[in-house]
Amino acid sequence: MTTLAELGAAVEAPDLDAAAMLALGEAVLEAWHAAHERTPTAEQREGFRLLALHRQGAKTEPSFNACRETCRELAWHYNLLTLEPDHAEREQRLAMMRFALRHLFLFVSGKLEQAGLGDFCCASRPLRLSAKEQAESA
Amino acid sequence: MSKYESVAYYPGCALEGSGHAYNRSTQALGKALGLKLEEVKNWNCCGAMEVKNIDPKLQTYLSSRVMAIAAHDMGHKTVMAPCNGCYHNLKKAEYDLAHDAGSRDVVERLSSKAGHATYEAGTVETIHALDWIKSAIGEEGLAARVKHSLQGLKVANYYGCMYTRPRHIFPEKDQGAGSESTAKPHFMDDLLAAAGAENVEFPLKTACCGGAHTLSDSDTSTKLVLNIIQAAEAAGAEVIATECPTCHSGLEMHQVRAEKNFGVKTAVKILYFTQLLGLALGLSPRQVGVHENVSDSMALVKEKILR
Repeated sequence: MTTLAELGAAVEAPDLDAAAMLALGEAVLEAWHAAHERTPTAEQREGFRLLALHRQGAKTEPSFNACRETCRELAWHYNLLTLEPDHAEREQRLAMMRFALRHLFLFVSGKLEQAGLGDFCCASRPLRLSAKEQAESA
Repeated sequence: MSKYESVAYYPGCALEGSGHAYNRSTQALGKALGLKLEEVKNWNCCGAMEVKNIDPKLQTYLSSRVMAIAAHDMGHKTVMAPCNGCYHNLKKAEYDLAHDAGSRDVVERLSSKAGHATYEAGTVETIHALDWIKSAIGEEGLAARVKHSLQGLKVANYYGCMYTRPRHIFPEKDQGAGSESTAKPHFMDDLLAAAGAENVEFPLKTACCGGAHTLSDSDTSTKLVLNIIQAAEAAGAEVIATECPTCHSGLEMHQVRAEKNFGVKTAVKILYFTQLLGLALGLSPRQVGVHENVSDSMALVKEKILR
């Protein structure tokens, strides 16, 4: 099992390409699921396992939606970089994808240490449902 | 005449404290644009995160009281809340009152006990300051009034988390052309572009700033904010434009903390979008509260806007 420290080091490794960053994004979300004793989904959503893994997390934890757009930015930049590999802004796109990846890691690792991270903004569902209802809707 | 030319103004607590520059610049901008803001009388806390986390229905009541005063005591049809937290909570209360009988019961009971009319869902519309300017003035109207173009100023627009999440409490968003997007919000980009600014491609527009943990887990918040700031700088931005007092304070304070605790110095400035628009319309830095920000932007303002 990959530790958070190992993931953090991998995220900061130089010269990551788009595929490597996407895979790391998936690994970050897999770590989240593993920590919650869930089997990470192998399914895809909109062509990306990353988005399916995020959805799996948000289904039981609405505040996980705080990283929804970060995941979508990763997928977006992956598409840009793989569909236009020789684009003049390739390096800039790689740099922006790395910031999105780093944010995903920081958010998920922060949330693993402080469960309430993101609760301020996105936790409307548990506020309206009892614990029993939440469990049933998961 | 736009339906937003005269609205009930709900500043909320942050705009009376750490976000006072946002309060000052919002009111100054409204005045410069000929828009009428009437502050909600005897307003109370929206319930923020503290009440919401302990008793969500009490938060619904608190937000409903603000809307009840605006509707029943002041005769307004629209409440404008510049603070993302207030905006979010009023929208959430509206949603809960429309969909949850338990919330309606609590609001009715507490309103009766407090001696004011019960708020019913749909009586007023809650909008953000971005909706207000976008609908009441629009890009063309704004461009026609610009005196100091923001041309050449590179801006990263940071919307924060509560402006678009959760999606179901914002039914007016994601409705196609002209509406705001929850995936890639653009209203602030549109308004600043109309004032001449050059918006940079910025992937962390709605990314979490760790705002709720700024005191309990400061290092996590600092790292999240630092990543947002460094992404903005790497995107070429000279300014991060904000539309939330919590985000704004977080960005400013953790920018300082990142330098002090992690030794990472960053140069990008942080200004409310209302400050940037006010400056573009010819208001002075003092009129829009630049002196009230932690981030000292005066040199940039003089060089890039007041030139």
